[in-house]
This record gives sequence, structure tokens and C-alpha cells, in this order.
Amino acid sequence: MVAVALPAPRMRLGRHAVIGDGRSCALVDGAGTVDWLCWPRFDSDATFAALLDRERGGCFSIRPRHARRIAPRYVKDTNVVVTAFGDDAGAVELTDLMPVDEDGAHVERLAPEHELLRVLTCTRGEMTIDVRYDPRPGFAVRRPRIRRDRLRGVFVTAGAAVWSLRVSVPVDWHEDARGGVACTLHMRAGDQIAFDLVYAHDVPLVLRPLDDHGAALVSATCNYWRGWAKRARYEGPHRDLVVRSALVLKLLCYAPSGAIVAAPTTSLPEKRHGDHNWDYRFCWLRDAAFTARALFGLGYCDEGGAFCHWLLHATRRTKPRLKVLYDVFGKSPGRERILSHLSGWNGARPVRVANGAIDQLQLDVHGEVIDAVAQQWYQHLDPDPSETDLLRELGDYVAKNWQEPDEGIWEPRTGREHHVHSRLLEWVALDRVLGLADLGVLSLSVKRRARFEQVKSAIDRQIRIRGWNSRIGAYTSTLDGDELDATALLLSWYEFEDASSERMRSTARAIDRVLGLGKGLIRRNLALPDDGGFVACAFWFVEHLARGGGTLEEATERFDAIVEHAGELGLFSELVDPHGDALGNFPQGFSHLALVNAAMSIEHRMKEES
Amino acid sequence: MNIGSWALWGFVATVVLTIVLASSQGLGLTRMNIPFMIGTMFRSGNRPAARIGFFVHLVDGWLFALVYVAAFHAWGGATWWRGAAIGLVHALFVLTVLMPSLPAMHPRMAMPEQGPSDLRMLEPPGFFALHYGYPTPVSVIVAHVLYGIILGAFVT
Repeated sequence: MVAVALPAPRMRLGRHAVIGDGRSCALVDGAGTVDWLCWPRFDSDATFAALLDRERGGCFSIRPRHARRIAPRYVKDTNVVVTAFGDDAGAVELTDLMPVDEDGAHVERLAPEHELLRVLTCTRGEMTIDVRYDPRPGFAVRRPRIRRDRLRGVFVTAGAAVWSLRVSVPVDWHEDARGGVACTLHMRAGDQIAFDLVYAHDVPLVLRPLDDHGAALVSATCNYWRGWAKRARYEGPHRDLVVRSALVLKLLCYAPSGAIVAAPTTSLPEKRHGDHNWDYRFCWLRDAAFTARALFGLGYCDEGGAFCHWLLHATRRTKPRLKVLYDVFGKSPGRERILSHLSGWNGARPVRVANGAIDQLQLDVHGEVIDAVAQQWYQHLDPDPSETDLLRELGDYVAKNWQEPDEGIWEPRTGREHHVHSRLLEWVALDRVLGLADLGVLSLSVKRRARFEQVKSAIDRQIRIRGWNSRIGAYTSTLDGDELDATALLLSWYEFEDASSERMRSTARAIDRVLGLGKGLIRRNLALPDDGGFVACAFWFVEHLARGGGTLEEATERFDAIVEHAGELGLFSELVDPHGDALGNFPQGFSHLALVNAAMSIEHRMKEES
Repeated sequence: MNIGSWALWGFVATVVLTIVLASSQGLGLTRMNIPFMIGTMFRSGNRPAARIGFFVHLVDGWLFALVYVAAFHAWGGATWWRGAAIGLVHALFVLTVLMPSLPAMHPRMAMPEQGPSDLRMLEPPGFFALHYGYPTPVSVIVAHVLYGIILGAFVT
């Protein structure tokens, strides 16, 4: 008889939970394995990358040996995830978190630079637990030497950086054939074991005593997140999902600078077969306006203000031409490269780090930045003179370059075209600068104002004449084109055209007919080789309906259909395929921003109608 | 002793020593963060400790230059190579005597034989401060030799 090696079962993204501490994130796979972790920040090299290579990437797994029932969930309104395992013999709960102190606590106590805490509690009967710890710092380029000592537990080093794992009970670690170290633990009802993984790269390690600190840290971290979530100013439908989205956005926010990364992962494929695997661990300016609206709209003005501050700081470095993306400190990420030693998510190569889209020209970003900053200034009319100078310069750049072709919002690597969406955002840039001037927030010379008004009118005409295709009855993807693109739904989002206008209704109908995939899902366009619907576009359709393009019932019904595609823990990727599987980097900030904005539009419509 | 000369070059030497050590941290060569280690003697919070430690470290380096000046007097005058020699001895003393005995003196440093406690949570440096990265002794020696050279060459 010939032994046949069965292929490894496909991993599903939707079961994953994300945890973080405002500087880095980890993904927990829904069955007790941390399979993604980058320290010290989002775009650092991965310590655990089993997400991208199960054999070689490295992971930290805690799993009962025979548990048949596995159920992950978030502790309500927190970024603390609990995975319950059980069978007839017993049950355990694994609590995963990156501890965050309540504001100001860092003044009183020493705390590790970075920490991942896993607390295992046996709630019933007895269980045997298998633990495997296989760190692979530096994207698993080489296998590290794992050492042990009394103080630092099991530790590995890379340069001066150190990863130390300690366990609250004596553990008999042994080498695991697959790599790393492993141990077996036996637990009885009432037992609790804490696993504390800490990291330091430029200071001595801070090692907490583990006796009863685990429970205290879980409690403090839950309190922090609950307090933060409670501030969400939203009373519409699906509040739990809106709060979950806000919590995801907070996790994607790099606290030291206020930047918000698009997603905490790289190279999760947008297509099942192909090479559409990109690194999203950076900050895209295209998300700016949506981010500002979501944060200010939910009442998170500190986060919104910090984001706008980062936005102005980052764009000042490259003004007036803006890059498509920046790192969390506003610098350019390094050159895109391929990690050929990693096999990719479910075998989808290549694994890329950094993002080549940085070299593209996307003329929409000026409008997105200006719109975000304008939203902040509408709230707090106290801009710095250097900031108003910057907006004028960005306006000048748009007025000079608005007729250029560009790569556009979807970043195809196939060349430049005259995108209607880019024209729309150029119009937004000038409209908002002129609006701020009308409010007296910034001053414009007579000559500059006349120029801005003239260009704005010219763009307006161009979109209405060359961006509209009467044959298909819709605004199109490119000027004089006949292809549809879901970005046309944003014409009403940015208040270029009223959502209830006949043209917008007709455009939406055409988009739904041609790009719709059913169950609320919508493709971006037909030119992109997506294997599923783009989540943000689906929520843009809801916004179009809620803003007057349809009835409240239609908007709510569609919103309900889309949120059915969320993962088990309420998280969204970039795309959803027709089978309901998540595709693309995970969780995706753009999708959650769109969810929040759509929900707020529904809430607004409900208030209007009541 | 020329007080002004000591004050000026003692300060400059301390700044250079701090730059070398901080650069070593930034380049990922060592986790030995002297301001943080000093500061945690006085405060438990990460940020206040780093702030206090930075000022104490600057004053400390400044005052320590007096020891160098005294050594130059005893040795028959200051030269750059005498400064370098004293700096080397200073660095070796720090690495072989001060660092291994630090857990006994530092109120928040964990004792290797007891493990961390509520109060003592800081990782000890170990012999030659090797716990903080293998290149740590090199950066400590380079920093202190430069400190000595500046004092030996410029203090009058």
C-alpha cells in the first residue's frame, strides 16, 4: 500500500481574531495558534508568519489534545479574544491579548516594551494541553537558536533584540521536530496558566512576575478597551459591528504617531490563483477622508486629530507631489521585495514586503488629504499657518496637474489613464480649499481663487460630459470610456452630485446590474481580476442608498446582507468571494471604515425620517 | 584645575559618550540604555524613569570627569592617550564589576537567582553586560575610550 500525503487543509481567514497594543498586531487563528506577529511595529519583520508558511513561518500554539468543540469570541467591546475548547472530559478557555494599561498607568509602573499574554484557564474536568513555541524572527529567513535560563525563560535573540517566553508554572520544554520547542501540560478545573511573551529591542527586558498578574492584566486591558469603546457615538443598527470596526481601526492606529495602517498583514492574496499579494502594513492616503469621517463621526476626536496631524506631517515631507503611501512615521518604505523562502497563504506565492505602488502617480490623494484636513478644521477652526500654506500648495499642484493621467485608486500596474475618480478628487481638493477660504480658515489671493474656481468648473464640466456615458446610462471608470467602476458611487459621497439625482440612481442601477455579485457584494470593476466582491464598494452602495439614492429600507436591507459576510468575529478582509471566504489582507481598515461610514449614513437617515 | 575647561569638556565628553551608546541602541547592537537603567533607580514608570535618568546621566558624566582630571594630575598631565587608557580601565570596570553587581544595588533589577518580583522586574545585564546583546562590551569600551580621549586632549 502506498502512503499518500494528503494536502494540508485550507486555512480560512474568517476565523482569525486580531489583537494589538497600538503599535503592533497579532493574529490568532481561532484554534489557539498565534500565526502572525510583527514586533516592534506593524511593518517590522514577522516573528510568527505561519499565516504565510505553515511549515517554516513560525507560530505559538496552545491547544488541548482532544478538544472537539472550538469557539473563538471577543470579550464584548474589547480587543481581548477568548477561545473556548471543550469535549466530554473537560473544557478550557484561552485568553489572548496584548496588555494595554489605562491612560497614565505607564507613569506609575514599569511595563514591557511589547507583550503578548496568553492565559489558559481550565473551567471543567481535566485536559491535556500541547504547547508549541516556534519563533522565527526576521520572516523566518533562518531558524534561531532557542536558549533557556531561569530569569528569561525560553528566549531567542536577533542582534540585541530579545524575545522571552515565561510560563507561570514549571515547564519541561523539549525540542520539537517541526522546529521550536514544545511541552505538554495537564490541567484540572480551576487551574490557570499564564504564558508571557515579551520583546525588547533597545532597553533591558521588563519581566513581570507571573503568579497572579495574568488575571490583573486581562482585567486592566478589558477595562481600557471597554472604556474606549463606550465613547463611540452611534445609536443606529448593528452597534456591535460598528464598535467592533472602531476597535479594529484603533488597533490599526500607530499610537506614537497617529498614523493608521491599511491592514496588519502582507501578501494575503486578493485572488485565489495569481500573484495579487501585496504588503498593506503602511498608511494609504486614499483612506484619509474616510478615516476622518469615521473617527470624527463616532466622536473619536483625539484619534481623528492625531491622524490629521500625521497626515499633514507626512505630506509635508514630499509636498506638493504626494506619495501613495507612507510608513507610520511618514517616511517612504523600502523597495518592494519578494520573500521567496515563504510558500504564501495556502500556497499563494509570492510573499512581498514593502509596496511598489509607492512609485505610482495617483492624483486622487490630494483631494483625500484636503478633505480629511477640512473635516478636522470644520470641527476645530485652529489650523497652524504652515498647515494652511500646505493646503494652498496642494491646491496649486492640483490646479496645475489636474489633466494628467494617473494610475488611479486601484493601483493597477498596467499604466496610466484619465480616471473619473481621480478627477472627482481633484474637484474635491479645490472645492474644499475654496470652502475653507469662504469660512475664513485660510486666505487665498484673488488670482489664486480665480484660478481654483476656473479649474474646479473645468473639472466639473469634464466629469459631467466626458465622465458620463449616456449609452450605458452611468458615470464611467475613465473619461470617454464605457466601463463601469464602483468608485462612481463616491460622486455623491463627496457631494459632487446628489445621490437622489437621476444620473446617480441610473449609475447605481448599472453598477448593481453589471458589477453586482448578489448578497450585497459588488466588484470594483470588470478590468480587475478580483475573485470576489470588494467590501468597501458594497458599503459605498449602502451609503448611496442611505444618502437619497434609495429608501431607508433598501439601505438597511443591503447593509444587513453585507454584514453576513463578516468573519466569525465580525472582522472583514478586503474582498469576499462568492463562497463567503475572505480574500486579501486581514483585517482591512478600508472595509471597516466603509462599514462605519455606511452605518452612520443609515443612522443619519433614520434620524431625518423620524 | 581650570574649572571652565573641566565644565566645558566634561560636558562635551558626556554628550559624545551618550551619542555613541544611543547610536549603538539605534543600530540594534545593544539594549544597554543607561538613562533608563539609572532612572529606574528613582522611578518605576517607563517614561518618567527615562526622563530622570537622562538628566542624572548627564550630571553624572560631568562630575565623573573630575575623577579623570584628578588622574591626569597624578599621572603628570593630560594627554589623549592617557585619557584613552583611563577610559579603557573605566569601561572594563563598568563591564566586569559594576554590571554583574548591579542587581544587588539597583532596587528594580531582578535577581538572577530569584526571578522577577513586583518590585524587581528589570532584566539584569550579566557579566560584560552580554544579556543586552553581544556587541554591548564593544560599544561600552568605544564610548568610554572616546570620553577619555576628549578629556585627555582638551582639558587644561
